[in-house]
Amino acid sequence: MIGRVLQYTVLFIATLFFLLPVYLVIVTAFKEPSAITLSSTWQLPQVWYWESFTQAWTAFAPKLQNSFFLTITATILSALLGSLNGYVLAKWKFPGANIVFPLMLFGMFIPYQAVLIPLFQFVREIGLGGSLWGLILVHVVYGLPITTLIFRNYYAEIPDEMIEAGRIDGAGFFGIYSRIVFPLSVPGFVVVIIWQFTQIWNEFLFAVTLVSSPANQPITVALAQLAGGEAVKWNLPMAGALLAALPTLLVYIFLGRYFIRGLLAGSVKG
Amino acid sequence: MRWFNNKDTLYGFLVILPSLVLLGIFVYGFIFQTFYTSLTDWGKDPAQALSANPQIRFIGFENYRELFTGLVDSRFRQDLVNTFFFTVFFILGCLVVGLGLAIVLDRSPRGEGFFRTVFLFPMSLSFIVTGTIWRWMLQPEGGVNQLPTLVGLPKGEFAWLTSREQIWQVSWNDLPFITALVVSAVLIFIAVSAFRGGERRRGYIASGSAALLLLWAFTLGRSLQPLPYDEPHGFNLAFIGIILAAVWQMSGYTMALYLAGLRGIPEELREAARVDGASEWQLYQRVIFPLLAPITLSAMIILGHISLKIFDLIFAMAGADNAPTDVPALLMYLTTFRANQIAKGAAIGMILLLLVAAVIVPYLYSQLKSEVRR
Repeated sequence: MIGRVLQYTVLFIATLFFLLPVYLVIVTAFKEPSAITLSSTWQLPQVWYWESFTQAWTAFAPKLQNSFFLTITATILSALLGSLNGYVLAKWKFPGANIVFPLMLFGMFIPYQAVLIPLFQFVREIGLGGSLWGLILVHVVYGLPITTLIFRNYYAEIPDEMIEAGRIDGAGFFGIYSRIVFPLSVPGFVVVIIWQFTQIWNEFLFAVTLVSSPANQPITVALAQLAGGEAVKWNLPMAGALLAALPTLLVYIFLGRYFIRGLLAGSVKG
Repeated sequence: MRWFNNKDTLYGFLVILPSLVLLGIFVYGFIFQTFYTSLTDWGKDPAQALSANPQIRFIGFENYRELFTGLVDSRFRQDLVNTFFFTVFFILGCLVVGLGLAIVLDRSPRGEGFFRTVFLFPMSLSFIVTGTIWRWMLQPEGGVNQLPTLVGLPKGEFAWLTSREQIWQVSWNDLPFITALVVSAVLIFIAVSAFRGGERRRGYIASGSAALLLLWAFTLGRSLQPLPYDEPHGFNLAFIGIILAAVWQMSGYTMALYLAGLRGIPEELREAARVDGASEWQLYQRVIFPLLAPITLSAMIILGHISLKIFDLIFAMAGADNAPTDVPALLMYLTTFRANQIAKGAAIGMILLLLVAAVIVPYLYSQLKSEVRR
């Protein structure tokens, strides 16, 4: 009995800890700027003020568009490449594959500060400086380790007998991929796409260093700038934060199971 | 190609080759280039900024020497100390909260799915979003400080992100000595557990290194003075708010790891312990926690490398220029892209890389080794 009480007390306190910030964001976003006073921080708005969202939407719609374009393109490219790489590493181990794989994986753990200076120069030299395509290239390349890892672990579960059967039927490397492996890959793709979508949407360091012109800014950079300004009224950053959070939040709420699988795959063995 | 046993393996190699080349350049090539840059004076000479073809000279490890012992770079040294405390408390917070929630959820309360969703949703947010939210909550007169007034208590007075208070101060000159002591303590612990587990060789190596390190610490280490004066560094209380926000965001991750681990423990094992008369607490202490130890280790490593790299959360919460909440990852950005001290920024990037590699390389090695053995 005491155990039960304790259990639900812990759950209640934890829920407060996790949801109170959400409550505060929502009520602040719906308050008139003049109604945001310190003593009434926790109270519901007297008048529900939708203006914050129309303002935030006007400011952020182009940035959201940038983020969608960047995220979707880079996610699809890195997922496709990861699928092919994972297929090779799981089923066609070439000599040296066991050395190459950890070297690839290391790439997903490095602090990007250790590559940022040459990367910045490189992207500028190939003429993609400041553009979204430069950012897409960077996200595809640094996304390769995790997408390759997830697909490799996923394809390792496909029995070798199926590959062997394909070979006996006369299919080669590409035939086996397109007729046997790829059709079985849907759950793998869902995990990888959700993971990459979340990561790239939320990313900040590359976005803030590689994209110079405000017109190409992804949403995270725009939000950080808006909230970082000193003179802001807090209803606007809060509405902006909600807009920036919504896409990944919806993905999480509707496809949470796959999201968690990607999360656990990050600890290598999966 | 006789190295490839058939044509298909060759195709496989050719398919993966572009990715390997790209990663080779973007990871290893660029790391090497950063390392080289860190050995130059790029950004030190004002004339370089003005000329189209700047003269960049090789100066060896001068940038590193300045960072650790130079007069102007005391901010970097404080940043290292900041990262250390942030890492320790962030990992501790995530482990405790995550384990607690996992244990409660493992006992299948009503509404388990709802609670799981609530505890994990911050993981799907950007650190920028989290930072923006908590920046607002932690304003000196903001939501968190107003919280006690809801139940009739006086409001909180803590300045959170802008606090300049520092506790647990240690002189930078004492750090080599203290580090040696701590590392020796860890080595002795490893040695003791190795001897207990019957791994003699490992025990001898660990205890031998501990003895050597202690010898060094009490002879040379005590007299090694990086700075000619005492420079105190400590735990900035402004980090408490950042730790709070980071735990809010990431403890769902440890919860998910622990919950998966707990669900993997067969019910028979718990039953057997109960039949043997173990109390609920003994069951956890003797049976369940030891089984969760490998998960704790991986969680520590994954969280540790995240916390060493933490950048966006602090950028959004406290701004890039808030000195009390600075970390090397942020300082690298400021040094390189704001102050144009490119070589010094590169040196900070390399130091970060070394710190992360020290955590990640052994982890990757052991993970992949055990995979081969399987």
